[in-house]
Formats: sequence, structure tokens, C-alpha cells
Amino acid sequence: MASISMEQGLLLAGVLFSLGLIGVLARRNIIFILVSLEVMLNAAGLAFVVAGYRWGQADGQIIFLFILTMAAAEVSVGLALALQLYRHFKTLDVDAASKMRG
Amino acid sequence: MNEVFYVSSVVAVVSTLVAITGVNAIHSLLYLIVSFLAIALVFFTLGAPVVAALEVIIYAGTIIVLFVFVVMILNLGRESVEQEKRWLRPTTLIGPALLTTVLMGEVIYLLARNTSTLSGVEAIQPRELGSALFGPYLLGVELASMVLLAGLIGAYHLGRRYRRDEMEERRDELAE
Repeated sequence: MASISMEQGLLLAGVLFSLGLIGVLARRNIIFILVSLEVMLNAAGLAFVVAGYRWGQADGQIIFLFILTMAAAEVSVGLALALQLYRHFKTLDVDAASKMRG
Repeated sequence: MNEVFYVSSVVAVVSTLVAITGVNAIHSLLYLIVSFLAIALVFFTLGAPVVAALEVIIYAGTIIVLFVFVVMILNLGRESVEQEKRWLRPTTLIGPALLTTVLMGEVIYLLARNTSTLSGVEAIQPRELGSALFGPYLLGVELASMVLLAGLIGAYHLGRRYRRDEMEERRDELAE
């Protein structure tokens, strides 16, 4: 039984990451941008797990756990920002908040 | 084992594609759940059962619930009931349901085969992962706790509802 090669796993991670990147670049709704960010972080974690699988070490999975922690913290702050955006501008379009003060 | 990897990869890519191109937030989140479940199966075939379980619990559970809460909070009001009815028509559930059925079939296939070793590589056991996590990576665990604390405080501060006068003041400032 042939095992899964590292290239196949990395290809899947690359495809998912590209999809997330396209989502971040193309969408203007902040909820969809955050969803795409989650997809990208997940794909990065997948690449680490694939590398850990290739060498049979636990380190890749531990890095995935750290990415998971970071993603959870990131999404909570991002969604709080989405709520603030909606309260101030009555829209979820990120382009509404393109002007900076100061 | 390879075929399980390929099928769940295809399911993951398809559902991610639908999730990021969708117009309706709730429908996208449904497809995102399918995507996370498919990636959890990929992790399982890559000999990472602990990570697969965490993917289901934290990504497909917690993070999606956060998203759903925010989408629901943003849609308060009278029209939201009508919206709920439009969102939760049975036809919208067909796509995610079909994809999860594929994943369910894969899980049953894996259980039926009863493989102790996955794809020629020993799965990394929780014991190994835990001893590495609290051995050489102890500093990383501490730092992760600091990140979570910072996220908690940041989300509390940003999500706080300002008093009405304070809010109008801020809106005036922003409008200038």
C-alpha cells in the first residue's frame, strides 16, 4: 500500500491557501474576509502537519496547536472589530473604513 | 488509505471554493464546516488523530459558533425572522448534507477496515504529543496562553458597547 506522498499533502495545503488568499483579496464583506483568513491559517497548519507526517515527528502537530490558538484569538478580535465596524458605519463593507484619522 | 485522502481533499477544496464565493454568510459557514470536517479527515489519514479531533472541536465547533453569533447579532430586528425562513430552506442544506454524507461514508470505511497503523506510518499518540508539548515546547505553551489572554482583553475592549452620548461623540468625530 503506497503511502501519501508529501507533495500531495503540500499541494492540498497550497490550493487551500490560494483559495483563502483569493477570498481575502476579492471579497469586501468583513465576515467573508475573516472566513478566508481562517481558511488560510488552516492551510498553513495543514502544511505543518504534512511535514510532521513526512518525518514522523510530533513537532508539526505542536506547531498546528499554536496556529490553532492564534487563529482562535485572531477570530475573536476580528469579529469584535466587525461589530464595531457595523455600529459605526452601518455596513460590513471594509472599504467604508478606508480613511484614517490623524 | 490514499483514496480516503484524495476524496476528502476534493471535498475540502470544493466546499472551501463554495464557502468563499458564496453571497449568503450562513450558507458559506455551512460549507466552511464541511471544509473543516474534510480537513480533519485528512489529518486523520496523515497520522494525526489528536489534531483531527481538535480541528473538529475548535474549528468546526468554537470558531464557527463565534461566526454564527456575530452574523445573528448583526441581523437583529423584525426582518430577521423572514431572513431566517429564507436562509433555512431545506434546499440550502442539500449541498453541505451531500458533502458530509461523503465524509461519513469515509469514516465508516475507515472503521470497517480497522487499521491500527495508518498509511504505513505510525500515528502520533497523544502521550507523545503531550510530553513534547510540556517538555521542549513549554515556553510556547506559556506564550500561547498570553496570546489567548490578549485576545480575550482585546475582544472585550473592542466589543464593548459605548454609552449613547459617547457613541454619538465618536460618530461625529468620525464623520468630520
